[in-house]
Amino acid sequence: MIAQARDALLNPLLDENPVTRHVLGICSALAITNSVYSALVMSLALTTVLAFSNVAISLIRNHLPNSVRIIVQMTVIASAVIVVDEFLKAFAPDTARTLSVFVGLIITNCIVLGRAEAFAAHNKVGISFLDGIGNGMGYSLLLVTVAVIRELFGTGSLMGVEILPLANDGGWFEPNALLLLPPSAFFIIGFLIWGVRSWKKAQVEQADFRPISVAEMEKR
Amino acid sequence: MDQLIGIFVRAIFVENLALAFFLGMCTFLAISKQIKTAIGLGVAVIVVETITVPVNNLIYNYLLRPGALDWAGLGHLDLSYLGLISYIGVIAAMVQILEMVLKRFFPVLHNSMGIFLPLLTVNCAILGASLFMVQRDYSFSESAAYGLGTGVGWALALVTLAGLREKMKYSEVPDGLQGLGITFITAGLMSLAFITMADIKL
Repeated sequence: MIAQARDALLNPLLDENPVTRHVLGICSALAITNSVYSALVMSLALTTVLAFSNVAISLIRNHLPNSVRIIVQMTVIASAVIVVDEFLKAFAPDTARTLSVFVGLIITNCIVLGRAEAFAAHNKVGISFLDGIGNGMGYSLLLVTVAVIRELFGTGSLMGVEILPLANDGGWFEPNALLLLPPSAFFIIGFLIWGVRSWKKAQVEQADFRPISVAEMEKR
Repeated sequence: MDQLIGIFVRAIFVENLALAFFLGMCTFLAISKQIKTAIGLGVAVIVVETITVPVNNLIYNYLLRPGALDWAGLGHLDLSYLGLISYIGVIAAMVQILEMVLKRFFPVLHNSMGIFLPLLTVNCAILGASLFMVQRDYSFSESAAYGLGTGVGWALALVTLAGLREKMKYSEVPDGLQGLGITFITAGLMSLAFITMADIKL
């Protein structure tokens, strides 16, 4: 029981990371990672929605007719997102403005629907809650890693605090503005996936084709 | 008219939903292995965007925005917090209706793009376009131009990526980068190319 709970909580961090392993929820992982602060707020928002929707869907799993389940799940998720969105607008209006449409887009974040379908729909409430928190943390881990790289090397500071003194103000660090632009997020996630998969070989995808080398050709 | 063309062109190139805002990434990366399926999905996205963005614009302007219910004598209500749930409802319903209409009247078309339609409900490019439309306060005609533009832009990015990936089948990619990793880096390079168009002023 405890082992099962631990697996639900910790597996999504690396082995089953929703972003690098299952390619879920990438839109926001790329879009709001140019500052650590918005990445943290976004992670918190997503983890809350995920835990809540997992619990709610797990509660009604035995009463839900199969044919309408997707639309019911969407409604549950949308309600949770509205609560988070209104909360952010009320208590952190500036952050809500920076995140703009991306809080609303948690509705279509495939991690949320994916976990509802794949896990909460067949499991008990407690373990679904832990699964929600675990996947939320796996997503947050990736989001914050990317955000740290982008903000540190893009602006020389973290959370607005200067870490690397900028060349403009008499320091030595020349910030790389490319890291603040969208394409850099693609590259960073691409390289992170490369790193994770070189470490965890089981995650490597099989190639559709394997080109034959000249030596092999000659052997035939 | 100039303004509408401006919105249309900007939505395709400068503010491309896939490459500048990263919307619809899951489908973008998953359904871009073959040009043929990519074209099917691209057409489906164009159709759904062109319908849902203007419809959501009407819903926002005549039902949800502060003071929108003046025609019913309820001008003091502000229902904009119901936005998210209404837009996703409209999108889900539109996708469903479109699927039924296609099945009944255009079975050939339904066979070729039918499997992608249900996927579009949870495609954030569709919801994202509606949210941007509300945020930027577009009028009805502007929202129609924007819907069409975002759809075309997204489809263009998808088909181009599929073309690149078909070519890359025969390249030797390091094991860890195989599949997802190299796709990300390719998309990054495409995104760089699209960024250069950001300076186009219309």
